[in-house]
Amino acid sequence: MLDAICGRVKPAEGKIIFKGIKDVTEMSEHQIVELGIGRKFQVPSVFMGITIYENMELAAARKRSLYSTLFTKLSKEQMERIQDVLQKIGLYEKRYRTPAALSHGEKQWLEIGMLLVQQPEIMLLDEPVAGMGRKETDKTGRLLKEISEKCSVIVVEHDMEFVREYADKVTVLHEGRLLDEGNMHEIQENPKVMEVYLGRGGEGCD
Amino acid sequence: MDTYLLQIFNGISVSSVLLLAALGLAITFGLMKIINMAHGEMIMIGAYTTYMVQNLFISFLGDRYFDLYFIAAIPLSFLITGFVGYLLEISIVKRLYGRTLDSLLATWGISLILQQLARNIFGAPNVDVKSPAWLNGGVVVLSNIQLPYKRLFIILLAALCIAGVYLFLFKSDSGRRIRAVMQNRSMAESLGINTRKVDSMTFAIGSGLAGIAGCALTLLGSIGPTLGTNYIVDTFMVVVLGGVGRIIGTVAGAAAIGIGNTTFEYFTNASLGKVLVFLAVILFLQWKPQGFFSISSRVLDE
Amino acid sequence: MERNLHYLKGSFLKDRLFANNFIITLLFVLLALAPLFLSDFRTNLLGKFIAYAILALGIDLIWGYTGILSLGHGVYFGLGAYCMAMYLKLEASNGKLPDFMSWSGQKVLPWFWKPFVYAPVAIILSVLVPAILALIIGYLTFKNRIKGVYFSILTQALSIIFVVLFVGQQAYTGGTNGITNFKTIFGFPLSSSSTKVTLYYVALGFLILAFLFCRWIVQSRFGKVLIAIRDSENRARFSGYNPAIYKTFVYCISAGLAGLAGALFVPQVGIISPAEMGIVPSVEMVIWVAIGGRGTLVGAVIGAILVNSLKSMVSEGFPAAWSYFIGISFVAVVIFMPYGLAGLLNQIKRKIYTQKSVKQYSSAALNILEESGCDEYVG
Repeated sequence: MLDAICGRVKPAEGKIIFKGIKDVTEMSEHQIVELGIGRKFQVPSVFMGITIYENMELAAARKRSLYSTLFTKLSKEQMERIQDVLQKIGLYEKRYRTPAALSHGEKQWLEIGMLLVQQPEIMLLDEPVAGMGRKETDKTGRLLKEISEKCSVIVVEHDMEFVREYADKVTVLHEGRLLDEGNMHEIQENPKVMEVYLGRGGEGCD
Repeated sequence: MDTYLLQIFNGISVSSVLLLAALGLAITFGLMKIINMAHGEMIMIGAYTTYMVQNLFISFLGDRYFDLYFIAAIPLSFLITGFVGYLLEISIVKRLYGRTLDSLLATWGISLILQQLARNIFGAPNVDVKSPAWLNGGVVVLSNIQLPYKRLFIILLAALCIAGVYLFLFKSDSGRRIRAVMQNRSMAESLGINTRKVDSMTFAIGSGLAGIAGCALTLLGSIGPTLGTNYIVDTFMVVVLGGVGRIIGTVAGAAAIGIGNTTFEYFTNASLGKVLVFLAVILFLQWKPQGFFSISSRVLDE
Repeated sequence: MERNLHYLKGSFLKDRLFANNFIITLLFVLLALAPLFLSDFRTNLLGKFIAYAILALGIDLIWGYTGILSLGHGVYFGLGAYCMAMYLKLEASNGKLPDFMSWSGQKVLPWFWKPFVYAPVAIILSVLVPAILALIIGYLTFKNRIKGVYFSILTQALSIIFVVLFVGQQAYTGGTNGITNFKTIFGFPLSSSSTKVTLYYVALGFLILAFLFCRWIVQSRFGKVLIAIRDSENRARFSGYNPAIYKTFVYCISAGLAGLAGALFVPQVGIISPAEMGIVPSVEMVIWVAIGGRGTLVGAVIGAILVNSLKSMVSEGFPAAWSYFIGISFVAVVIFMPYGLAGLLNQIKRKIYTQKSVKQYSSAALNILEESGCDEYVG
């Protein structure tokens, strides 16, 4: 479903309406980003050949045309935002290194950081804590919690522990259909969810 | 119109050679994401093998059995070229997995070396292979159209090879293993398939098929060290056009390129014909960037 | 501690930048002085390699930085060269029909030859024509996300069809023989030594300009986008960049540089024929960059000059050996030295540097320990 929202796949039918007006199924990925939808994949994907700071720079730039990448520098405000975010994700000290030197968790944070400086209105994350240890998971959770004060964060996650601790609202999907929505407590009490999950092994939720 | 029909027929026979060459390329690319630029030299090796077999027959068996040499040359060119391909895979190509573009450059280097070797061994000028007598002449279809046996034989040979590859891939154990690795390498590995072995075997078979293509080419003209270069680009275009991973795609691609070439050349001239085919391919890719048929990939970054 | 490490890293980067600047400046100075020590023939040869180096910069932009392997750069080089050659030919024919045209029965100058009477037009077109062709090819392929080997194969086909086309259209292009027998350039005789040296310095001047231009590109945010596309095209897309536009644009620049190289090549060498555009020279161009070091501009320049110097030396003595040599170096570079000479150099520098920093660190640590009176830990 995340793929459909951010334009990687086109749905067979139906529309995705963002902010009540635009049907994003008709648009290409980079245009959707311009609308304010940020996306993070399950496997960390950052640019290995340039430094962490430059990674952030690319994400932070508002204008992404040929002309502006050739001739303009980032505004002061944007640079400050990069600094802020780098501090927040704990990579400020390493900003002149390439991401190759980072651990798996740090790469994930970098990618989240890159989304953050894009200043999206809605952030879609696919299993951000997959492959992380408990400590890293907690840090990611706190980070996302903090972010969610400024923009909407949608997380697809199988780690129930993580969901229980950090999610405000949980949606359970089963085979593409809505099963239940509510806070974690309500969800856990729902017999349908229990059947699907305990009875037959579960599908995703967020 | 009659000459045009003959052209189409010639186109089909060229398609058959392209098909043989492209089949190996498409399979190895589908399996290992390696583009073998030395594939054209495999064609050349097949052709020179045929040339050597011919010479051996002349010097040891005399005229009586000469006509049989071609029958011996076909499996021999498959085996010898396949063996060269195998050596190539275990020595060089295996180090290049996961680096598609680099594999292209390294195998190009190999192709230069092989060409120079051929030049040193057989000399730079082209050599002729005398077709066996039973392939001379042709079937008279209409009063003024004669379909040469040679070209019919090539088409038949290609059809047999396709059938063979199909049976091998879909009916044999080794073929099943190849398909398994093609679809999901790591899963196949964890099921206990020796993917290394599958890779080198597939590479050898792909090269061997190119060898048969080379053998067939000796019927159409003289052969030289740069024989492969003349065919390799068309072969690649077949793969681009046909898509990767389906035999039927390769067949369709080969037919389109071979017949397209001869048709355009018939209506314009040799140089404009090539340009038009290229334009047609580019335009076709606007409509279907993945080629005629392809197995969709689920990997994000290839 | 972390902070210190970072500081060291920063200074290391600065060191490297300094070292690269030093190497390239040294190289340019050496090239500028070379005509004083070399015979006319060698100077002329080196001038040809300098033109190749400009081409190599273009290939490095598209391949080393953006990760797109073009095997058709011979075409862009050739187009630039032909544009210049058309001008030179018209100058040599003195307003009459070029000789090869009358041989093939052509009566009047074809319309597309007419603009090339004017030198500025010819020079501008020698960059523009390749760039426009690249724009068309690039737009049609990158828009459809045709990439990787598919793109490489298409560009290779491009080079073969151009060879066939130029050979076939003898009346317009001079066929297999190409265009040759030039006499003067802007009125100066091409055979004179002073013209040759001047052409050499013109080529060198353009090389320096091209180098600075490319450096400006790769150091701008645009350059980072290119690397981003190389490393993860999809992430770039989801960061809001449209890779197709960037790829097309950089492909055009690269083709334009190749055209410029071609335009500088022709007056120095005195001939352009379809053989220069074929598959073999096109792939050889890539190997210059591979040997020099993809992804570094210095590497591209050094690679082009070094490989070609070697080539002229080896093939003067043993023509057959060159094929083996270049073939083996293809394989060896790709397998053992993927970042070429520049990569090797950086590795060595890094090694030296790490040793240096370890020494610094250990002495710093010793100082701290001594100051805090922990003598027993020392030694």
